[in-house]
Amino acid sequence: MRRAGRLLLGLVVLIAAAAPWLAPNPPDRAFAQLLYAPPTPIRFTPAPSIYPQRLVSRLERRFEEDRQHPAPLRWFSGGRLVTVPEDQGGPLLLLGADRFGRDTFSRLLYGARASLALAAVATVLALVIGALVGGVAGYAGGTVDDLFSRFTDFVLVLPAIYVALALRAVMPLVLPPATVFVLLGGIFALLGWPIVARGVRAIIASERERDYALAGHALGARPSRILLRHLLPAAGGYLSVQATLLLPAFILAEATLSYVGLGFPDTVPTWGTMLQEATNVSLLAEAPWMLAPAAAIFIVVLAVNLAVQGTGRAPVQLEP
Amino acid sequence: MARFLARRLLFALALVMVVSSASLVLARLAPGDITAQLGPFPTPSEVANLRARFDLDRSPAEQLMLWAGRALRFEFGDSFLYNRPVRELIGRAAANTAALAVVALTAATLLGIPLGIFTGSRRGTAAAFVRGLSLVFLSVPPLLTSLVLVFIAATTRLFPPGGMTSAGALDLSWSAWLLDVAIHIPLPALALALPIAATFERLQSQSMTDALHQPFAVAALARGVAPRDVIVRHAWRVSLRPICAVYGLAIGALLSGSFIVEFVTAWPGLGRLMYEALQARDIYLVAGCAATGGLFLAFGSLIGDLLLAAADPRVRQGQAA
Repeated sequence: MRRAGRLLLGLVVLIAAAAPWLAPNPPDRAFAQLLYAPPTPIRFTPAPSIYPQRLVSRLERRFEEDRQHPAPLRWFSGGRLVTVPEDQGGPLLLLGADRFGRDTFSRLLYGARASLALAAVATVLALVIGALVGGVAGYAGGTVDDLFSRFTDFVLVLPAIYVALALRAVMPLVLPPATVFVLLGGIFALLGWPIVARGVRAIIASERERDYALAGHALGARPSRILLRHLLPAAGGYLSVQATLLLPAFILAEATLSYVGLGFPDTVPTWGTMLQEATNVSLLAEAPWMLAPAAAIFIVVLAVNLAVQGTGRAPVQLEP
Repeated sequence: MARFLARRLLFALALVMVVSSASLVLARLAPGDITAQLGPFPTPSEVANLRARFDLDRSPAEQLMLWAGRALRFEFGDSFLYNRPVRELIGRAAANTAALAVVALTAATLLGIPLGIFTGSRRGTAAAFVRGLSLVFLSVPPLLTSLVLVFIAATTRLFPPGGMTSAGALDLSWSAWLLDVAIHIPLPALALALPIAATFERLQSQSMTDALHQPFAVAALARGVAPRDVIVRHAWRVSLRPICAVYGLAIGALLSGSFIVEFVTAWPGLGRLMYEALQARDIYLVAGCAATGGLFLAFGSLIGDLLLAAADPRVRQGQAA
């Protein structure tokens, strides 16, 4: 089970990295005639191919398959694993199209990049802040420890989603994607570090009493060296566990904020911006492939939950 | 116990004060203000009037002091967006959110605890199935459960996909209105409850297994006490501690999760109100929502602590747990 989880997680990262090669269409290519077009299933007989679809009624969003002229899949053409060129019966829409006629599957693959990258950056940031604050508190003890711990506890009890909402909402609503990336990463890290700091503090506080720390002190090592080189590695296992907890929480936080329109602009494919399409209930019933990003998030969270199974800890407590 | 309660209350008060003043100042310092809501071409006097009404013509510090002074007398200012006192708006939204949270927590408890006792005290396919199911539900956060439930509701039309009441519910009699709400509440409540129920199930299962392995349980079984009695009357009591410990956390998770569920299912609760207020820079409404959110959270962790004290005598007697 644990191995399966790790495998799945690795696979998702690989897919994200290879998105430009795996995606059949460019993520921002809008097929104007194919708004909300359904998926084109692959036919395996006689040769792998799809039926080209044609718009019949724009109002009813009705499409017709051309069963007489199946369009064969093109492998390894134009720098893509598999695609169907537009002039030969394409595009290949594995998961249908969205409201601008963009390929949901391709956007899903590209979305994995933004969503995972943001979550990874925020996780690293939260770990660094948490390790530093917790480390200093645990090593220094006394007043510093009291002060840092009180502050940590305070941030910990803040209603996270409201704080994230408030911090994001007070910035201008329309921002360039790079700015949004930095902003969201910062907000997530600011809300995520306290749990890390708490655990690290406890570990460092007990480690510093050990003989090796005393030996380092006796040999004249500076406190910063003892803390960073000798004590913090003891918290390594704890930090890696926290990373697996923070990552899915941050993926979800991005999805939540983008879903309500406070995350990335719609032009950037992320799992959150893609989920915005699912806001319209009546459309959702007709175009269920709009839920594909939800499935992607589910797979990542499940992979993490599987990967940490049986490590004797409570499972992921999800808080967006 | 009294000292403990007093400390928690003081802490809750501090939390609410800091959260609400911080959000007030944040919303005040944010670019843009409430005058953007006046329409495309407001006259200068309109703008000046509105700014004066919301103390925007004073410095942020002055405004904060004014607001805090009034807040002590339970005057939380007006909302421009709804043209009503903030207190009134918050009261209704908080009641809606609380109703949702209570129903969800009850559902999660009634689902998760019995199933956890079952899987924790039994082996076999049924237990393995429940275990697998809760691992799946642990991985579907409220955002996903609510989307999927809305999707199911929209395709099957078995239950309403959103809202708290049907259109025109204001004309209904009291009992008919309550029935209407009762039809609408299962969807958002279930969306919130499922992940929490899964957490409860896993925890209860684990602690039940642990409790059954302890000498007192083994001894009871050896003396010939019926396994069912050992589980329900002896082991369960002991196994409750970790559950009570996460209850406070679960209430926090409910509050966070309810924001997105309210958004997806159009439930007129606190999260939605705060979102609208933030978008419109309706600062007093923002501060009021933030204060209420903080209050809920503090209240939740207080309930968790009380439950913990009820389940564990060591906590009750002021010893470290």
